[in-house]
Amino acid sequence: MGNTSSMLTQYDIEEVQNHCNNRFTQREIVSLYQRFCALDRSGKGYISADEFMSVPEFAVNPLSQRLLGMLEGLNFKEFVEVLSAFSPLATIEEKLNFIFKVYDIRNNGKVSREDILRVLCDLSGNFLTDDQRQAVVTQALEESGYSKDDSLTPEDFLKILQKGSLKMEVEVPID
Amino acid sequence: MKKVQWTLDEKLDGVDRGTGRDASLFKPSNSEINLYQRHVEDLLSDSACKNDEVESLSVNVLDISPILSEAASAIIDDSFTRCFKSNPTEPWNWNIYLFPLWCLGVIVRYGILFPIRLVLLFLGWIIFLGLFLPVHFGIKGHDEVRRSIERGLVEFMCGVFVASWTGVVRYHGPRPSRRAKQVFVANHTSMIDFIILEQMTAFAVIMQKHPGWVGLLQKTVLESLGCIWFDRTESKDRLVVSQKLKRHVESEDSNPLLIFPEGTCVNNEYCVMFKKGAFELDCAVCPIAIKYNKIFVDAFWNSKKQSFTVHLIQLMTSWAVVCDVWYLEPQTIQPGETPIDFAERVRGMIANRAGIKKVPWDGYLKYYRPSIKLTEKKQQKFANAVLQRLGHSLQC
Repeated sequence: MGNTSSMLTQYDIEEVQNHCNNRFTQREIVSLYQRFCALDRSGKGYISADEFMSVPEFAVNPLSQRLLGMLEGLNFKEFVEVLSAFSPLATIEEKLNFIFKVYDIRNNGKVSREDILRVLCDLSGNFLTDDQRQAVVTQALEESGYSKDDSLTPEDFLKILQKGSLKMEVEVPID
Repeated sequence: MKKVQWTLDEKLDGVDRGTGRDASLFKPSNSEINLYQRHVEDLLSDSACKNDEVESLSVNVLDISPILSEAASAIIDDSFTRCFKSNPTEPWNWNIYLFPLWCLGVIVRYGILFPIRLVLLFLGWIIFLGLFLPVHFGIKGHDEVRRSIERGLVEFMCGVFVASWTGVVRYHGPRPSRRAKQVFVANHTSMIDFIILEQMTAFAVIMQKHPGWVGLLQKTVLESLGCIWFDRTESKDRLVVSQKLKRHVESEDSNPLLIFPEGTCVNNEYCVMFKKGAFELDCAVCPIAIKYNKIFVDAFWNSKKQSFTVHLIQLMTSWAVVCDVWYLEPQTIQPGETPIDFAERVRGMIANRAGIKKVPWDGYLKYYRPSIKLTEKKQQKFANAVLQRLGHSLQC
């Protein structure tokens, strides 16, 4: 039948909480576990890409493929750690790090022009031409004081995005 | 990086018991896709509106936080999965004096009630088949009489079924009458919806063909009521079925037609989008709302988790099945209303009466991925916002 919190011991909850730097309360972790088990229908201990895509609200998101790369195959502890960037308690650096990881697909610590172009492609689909995309990236980089072929580091991201307000929070429902 | 392709001929896992299903056959029609788009946009528009005060293009492009938040929010909780969640029962027997009471309850339910109900059901079946088969095969020529006896017998058999779960059903509203040019629609929680309604009136229902003993019953007994079968795995079927429906509705002799427009079982807390098929038959639509009382048993049939037999056994080992059935006022399509708007209006009536929440998702999303058009809408919005700022700064 349904998975209840009796499957997670207090010790497990505390371990997960430590792993995500206390960004979620214990009740939120229990709630997330119920959700994890609901999505992991075959009880493998991780959620497959197909199971993520069976959530229609997620499947219609333009960045779903990128996020799949970061989320599929993770066990519960790692899953909570990745999602902790969306907690209201997360710092600006943690949120920006997450955004950086979405861009840094090759995981080499730098976001190149091609990386930005690729994400822009996901975001805009067929509604921007190649030329328009190139112009957008060039302008975006030059506006922030970089040359059009520069690669960005996490510190650069911090500098650029710190000006705006980052609305990157989700609320974990606790029943 | 492994890319998950969701082309339309992809076979999905989590396939329903018994029949393998090809995802492409559940595609909604184009007008239905437009409706879903509108609704889903309404649902998602309050989260993530691009901040119009942001002036610089760089922030607009690099700050993907609203889109990421939408995705994370969907991962943590989404309104579609909630429709099919059966709430786990809270264990209440964890102390010294309640636990023996609960044990006693289990003994009574499994040891006393269940065998009695099983015997009752068995006897009911014998009486039913003993009368039905001779009538069906024996009385040739007097079709009117034969059919009215068969109807009475089916109503009796459904009554036996309902008694076998100690069903307490309260019917509100005028009973369905036998007339041409009317069709009944109801919200769907389990196949027992059909049995509960059938015990009061012998409906002809449109159903998915099932395997196993249910399929056998469908072929023999339910055929006599004029039930119409469809097979989700046959896409050409759609036109044929809609023609059959039209013919059935127009004839005076046929039993009133019952349709479950949600197309799938939902957990009786939510109501998914109605398919428009029942609403374009050019006749009156009589809504029926069904609400089960969860205190006694959760009647939601999660066909992916349980077979119907297991579901029946679960019902027969609970205390009772308590539900309310409301027969609502017949509705006709208003001038200027499309069938889809009409379906939405009726869905609103049913959801209101039963006290369940409406969600803008198509029930068949259990079997296929959402249309690419929904993603494209978002991409278009983003592209427009970017182009605006691109053009704006070129002018300065």
